[in-house]
Amino acid sequence: MTAAETAAGGRLRRTLPRIPDRFAAFGAALIVIVVVASILAPWIAPYPDEPNPLELLRPPSAAHWFGTDQVGRDVLTRILYGGRTSLFIAVAVLAVSAVAGVTLGVVAGYAGGWVRDVIMRVTDVFLAFPALLLSLALAVVLQPSVNTVVLAIAATWWPWYTRLSASVAASIATRGYVDAARCLGVPAPLIILRHVLPNSLTPVLVQLSLDAGGVILTAAALSYLGLGAQEPTAEWGLMVQQGQTLFTTNWWVVTFPGLAILVTAFAFNVIGEGLRNALDPRSGGARQERAKPTSAGAAATMSTRVVK
Amino acid sequence: MIEVRDLRVRYGTRVVADVPVLDVGEGECVAIVGESGSGKSTTLLSLLGLTPDAEISGQIRVCGLDVRTAPPRRLREIRGARAALVMQSPQAALSPATRLGVLMRRALRLHGREATEQIMSEAMEAVLLDPALLRRYPHEVSGGQAQRFAIALAIALGAEVILADEPTSALDVTVQAEVVGVLRRLRAERGLALLLVSHDLALVSTIADRVLVMKDGVVVESGAAAEVLAAPSHPYTRELLEALP
Amino acid sequence: MARYLARRLGQALLVVAGVVMLTFAVMRLVPGDPAVAFAGPKATPEQLAAARERFGLDDPIPLQFVNYVRDLFTGDWGTSLRTRQPVRDDLYLAFPASLELVGAALVIAVLIGIPIGVLAARYKTKFPDFGVRFTSMLAVSVPVFWLALAMQLVFAGHLGWFPIAGEYDSSLDSTSPLTLWTNITIVDALITGNWPIFTSTLEHLVLPALVVAAYPTGMIAQMARAALIEESGQDHARLERALGFGETSILTRFALRPALSPVLSLIALVFAYSIVNGFLVEAVFNWPGLGRYAAESIKSLDTPAIAGVTLLVALVYTTANLIVDLLQGVVDPRARAR
Repeated sequence: MTAAETAAGGRLRRTLPRIPDRFAAFGAALIVIVVVASILAPWIAPYPDEPNPLELLRPPSAAHWFGTDQVGRDVLTRILYGGRTSLFIAVAVLAVSAVAGVTLGVVAGYAGGWVRDVIMRVTDVFLAFPALLLSLALAVVLQPSVNTVVLAIAATWWPWYTRLSASVAASIATRGYVDAARCLGVPAPLIILRHVLPNSLTPVLVQLSLDAGGVILTAAALSYLGLGAQEPTAEWGLMVQQGQTLFTTNWWVVTFPGLAILVTAFAFNVIGEGLRNALDPRSGGARQERAKPTSAGAAATMSTRVVK
Repeated sequence: MIEVRDLRVRYGTRVVADVPVLDVGEGECVAIVGESGSGKSTTLLSLLGLTPDAEISGQIRVCGLDVRTAPPRRLREIRGARAALVMQSPQAALSPATRLGVLMRRALRLHGREATEQIMSEAMEAVLLDPALLRRYPHEVSGGQAQRFAIALAIALGAEVILADEPTSALDVTVQAEVVGVLRRLRAERGLALLLVSHDLALVSTIADRVLVMKDGVVVESGAAAEVLAAPSHPYTRELLEALP
Repeated sequence: MARYLARRLGQALLVVAGVVMLTFAVMRLVPGDPAVAFAGPKATPEQLAAARERFGLDDPIPLQFVNYVRDLFTGDWGTSLRTRQPVRDDLYLAFPASLELVGAALVIAVLIGIPIGVLAARYKTKFPDFGVRFTSMLAVSVPVFWLALAMQLVFAGHLGWFPIAGEYDSSLDSTSPLTLWTNITIVDALITGNWPIFTSTLEHLVLPALVVAAYPTGMIAQMARAALIEESGQDHARLERALGFGETSILTRFALRPALSPVLSLIALVFAYSIVNGFLVEAVFNWPGLGRYAAESIKSLDTPAIAGVTLLVALVYTTANLIVDLLQGVVDPRARAR
């Protein structure tokens, strides 16, 4: 392990568990509940996720806390299973777009010159499409399904990571130890892998946590429009869509799935904000050296365009 | 003007300034000297209640007002109007989106003064600035001009004492001389009192009547400027003097 | 400034060129044969061939692209397969309605977001700050389609305070017909003094605009709070305190203007986002905007219409970004010096 790698690893270990305010801790607690409940859905769900013609549209009661839906499925059960869908989508989208985006971004930032120009202009084009819109168009092209949602959202999400990691990588590429490695004849891919990439990861991780809520909201919106998950998959947006015509008479079929989306997106957003604050140089003077890449990253995310 | 007894400024458990006695009389110039981090700036800011996170004990009277116990409204009345602050980094001390003249007019109105062109121009001329600069933004004037503008604010508001925190250390040598010249002239012409915080002993020796030497938050020596600088009794003061070119 | 402007313009043009290419690519990928969709299922082979001829579908792809670009430049955005109208005319009717909705929402967002941002910054770490942070975080996390359904049910359905759906009472079209100038109903009603339609539109606008406003309000409040807190920690705030200004007047009279600069660029981002977010709200409130047009076009695989909407929104986004860059110079004198 090189010194830079150790430094990056240490940086993560030191900052990640450090959640400074109670607000963020509250968000973290919510997320733990959502994640655990979703993972354990098959074991803790009160009913099997199957239609029951004898229990159609029952209001909330002791037997069915959140009531039952139009085909007699327990809404709480559906929500627990829906959590798995939402979390799967979020993780998959963020993984795909982070890997693609960071790879491009690090190459652009390290190489500079025309390589950077080309990559950044392509990124700009994709950024000019609001995520939901391009997802809409792509979801039409592909058959609607959970995987389509993942692809469609990832296709609009990666440019953010490219922009972010490019700006961080560019600043790292000019540092002394990178110059030194270059002079020693270390090949570029190795320099990127050893020095540039590890040091670009912290801001990307913060961005990932900030984005999770947005991905969940976008995925729910696509499913709500009928362009995402399909019956019988349990998905919160889909549940709202299926229930909306019954909303006036059976409020629970729409209210609870919507609340599930709200709570999950809220929790992720709160954690993302807390992490960003924790890594922000302004929130703690002593940690300036550590927070440097993040401040460059935060500036890149805040700004709406590439400042070159 | 300023009477301080047993002032102690703490951040948490750390004492950053411990000043048993600090008096600035009418028309007098007192300097606090020491290295950066010696607590001299904190002392200065605490006199106007501008250290919000600090715990302060002791007695502070500025222009007859007990700063520690005074209601915020009363404190705001003396700030600027009677005791004015001049800061180290002149341009950063001016709001970037506010023209100089707008700032001066707002400050005058805040303290219930008339804000006529004439009053504002006179204040500018008193610090040898072209009144036309009132139409500029902070980033459109030089550091020396910004610093003299800060003094002009004090003049316009009729302040009796100026608290200057390293007023020249961010400026070029020639510009420093301008600012010092303005301060000295205002003392002579208007009887303005001056509390100066500086690490620049050369500057202090030309303008101060009395000197306090601070090290690590503690006053190690004080007395008439001529005496202290000519025959320092504390080894630290000697060190500071020897560091002079 | 001039060089900066030229560079930004050049960048924007490059983005537009890329957007056109991408839109074309997506259009080619949409399943189904536009000729079949246009000519109808019962078309004879001759009619089909005529349709293929008309859309130039037998040309090689590069030639099709060149033709597409040429048509765009001459103002021909293609013909909708569904409405059989030129896409440009359809958009010309639908876009102003979306603009009306998002415009109203942004006005609400700025009017609420900035004051509560100031409030939070003024009482930093105290209860009002916590309240603002909590609610603004809820506002950016709420699924709009769900909020739309809930607001509609409660305020229009149960309480009956507002109309359920639509842009204005359509019976007014016969009693006091509206003269169109800008196609933005509320603006046209205002300038032609058509009060029945004006008040009816206003009533219909409140609920959907509030829903669309949720996200931008939360974002603006958070950004205003952060920017104001940063500004009030700057050196100049200390001087203003030393001049006797109170915290509230430091925030509103000195810190707000420099703090508005990041808020402005946020508004551009959020504007384009809200147009698309508005699609979902338009669906719920049956608002005759781009969203409804897009949804119907997607359902019927109306390729030219989908491409038209995509292109338009991307153009709006790029333009909004450009405008903000220029506005920033006005709000923040430091940016002008760049």
